[in-house]
Amino acid sequence: MQEIYFAITRALADYARCIDDDRLEEWPDFFVDDCLYRITSAANFREGLQASLVFANSKGMLMDRVSALRTANIYERHAYRHIIGNPSILGVEGDLVRAEAPFMVARIMRDGATSLFATGRYLDVWRGAADNPKLVERVVVCDSSRIDTLLVLPL
Amino acid sequence: MSDASILDAATAPSHWPEGLTRVPYWVFQRPDVYDAEQKRVFQGPCWSYLCLETDVREPGDWRATAIGEAPIVVTRDDKGAIHAFENRCAHRGSLICIDDAGKGAKQFSCVYHAWSYDLEGTLTGVAFKNGVKGKGGMPPEFRIGDHGPRKLRVETIEGMVFGTFSAEAPALRDYLGPEIVSRVERVFRGRKPVVLSRFTQALPNNWKLYIENVKDSYHASILHLFFTTFEINRLSQTGAIIVDESGGHHVSYSQIARGPTGNAEYSAQAIRSDSQYKLADPSLLHGFNEYPDGITLQILSVFPCFVLQQIQNSIACRQVIPRGPGEADLNWTILGFEDDTPEERMARLKQANLVGPAGFISMEDGCVGGFVRRGVAGASDELAVLEMGGHDARGSESRVTEASIRGFWQAYRARMGI
Repeated sequence: MQEIYFAITRALADYARCIDDDRLEEWPDFFVDDCLYRITSAANFREGLQASLVFANSKGMLMDRVSALRTANIYERHAYRHIIGNPSILGVEGDLVRAEAPFMVARIMRDGATSLFATGRYLDVWRGAADNPKLVERVVVCDSSRIDTLLVLPL
Repeated sequence: MSDASILDAATAPSHWPEGLTRVPYWVFQRPDVYDAEQKRVFQGPCWSYLCLETDVREPGDWRATAIGEAPIVVTRDDKGAIHAFENRCAHRGSLICIDDAGKGAKQFSCVYHAWSYDLEGTLTGVAFKNGVKGKGGMPPEFRIGDHGPRKLRVETIEGMVFGTFSAEAPALRDYLGPEIVSRVERVFRGRKPVVLSRFTQALPNNWKLYIENVKDSYHASILHLFFTTFEINRLSQTGAIIVDESGGHHVSYSQIARGPTGNAEYSAQAIRSDSQYKLADPSLLHGFNEYPDGITLQILSVFPCFVLQQIQNSIACRQVIPRGPGEADLNWTILGFEDDTPEERMARLKQANLVGPAGFISMEDGCVGGFVRRGVAGASDELAVLEMGGHDARGSESRVTEASIRGFWQAYRARMGI
């Protein structure tokens, strides 16, 4: 159990570095091929509303998010700083581990304006946790349904 | 019509040239203009989107919403009728409802002093009205019936609830006009909408900059690469702009054209949006054939602040709430329909990626208004140029036009008396 906790904690830290260091092309590699990744809000999640801000049910859709933000979408240059809290391990079934971790994301705009952009929790299912854990599922539940200006970089 | 009667501050810029092709930037900046809009536009003879009928499905259901800055409560009473009234206690002005929505309400009671209201917003009780032990209380001449939050007129169309403060506003369908009504009906086709999600996009700009953007068919395939490359919307597709008589409502639609779609024109403009971008998982765009008329995109706006969107199978209501001269909230309600099959519902969940604050083809609309706000910060007396497609505010078969933006300003100036 300690090994699982350690492996997931390390993967969470690597995930944050990957996004915050702008190595977004590597971001889909945290997921298995037939993954589910979506971003929603606590209110939508609580009410069981299905549609998301971002919805991907394949690694290809995650890659498309990255290529779109690199080549297609227009936005002002900015970066995130993720602070991910310690995970709670909620259950282990075979090689699948259900875990939850809280996060805070600051957004740093090109002019230096820094704001608390999002807080929430990751509801995760990891596979192969003891060795090289990959996300089978990540539901990003933002505490707020209100997004400032736009959401383009992944959470 | 050049100088505005409401613009009486001696030092403030107030010039507005004749015609519809110029817009002075002070109209997006001045607090006194913003204040006047609340009365003349939002509480004037206009209809505003409030919520969906399904948001207040059962008797006792209620939902908080807004028209302009004014907070509104929408309710359904025991007889099934929908009501809307100001969320403002008649006593000292507190909010009556302090959550987003609720169920099973028999009445509302203000938390401040427990003045109570029925589901129509009628004041029914005043706590300690007769005092305690014969002392205190309201004077004998106080009449409950003389007090209450303002009640709105309410009408519905295709499952959407609209409200107006105004006794003078025409009936909703007359306000919209037959062409806009038929364009609303073609989206719903009598089906019952269900809410798939709700998000708010906080816009760093005046509300009118977002409305201009919505009505701007010229920008759609230039700013939004995602649209253009996958030929969801190219100006060279067949389509048209409809502008109603008032100028305030519009529809822009397009359908996939047979044969060549004018790639040469795009290449010749060296527009950034003509790239060779390919999707790793194109299932995002695999929709289903929902509309027999072949229309793949229809953006419809109702003056002042409502947008109904069909982008392929992505249906959404967008409500714009001003939050001061330089900010606005864009409330997205993503819709499906009760009779969706599981496959159709999945297509809608995937296509929700196109819209909203993280939408492949709508996220830019969240930042471009802020670019304008900051661009014109020192240029109150300078003018925006709106000459694409001519000078008038009439519909056309070309979408390389700013006619529907000119129409907005025509309706706005009529309401504002500018």
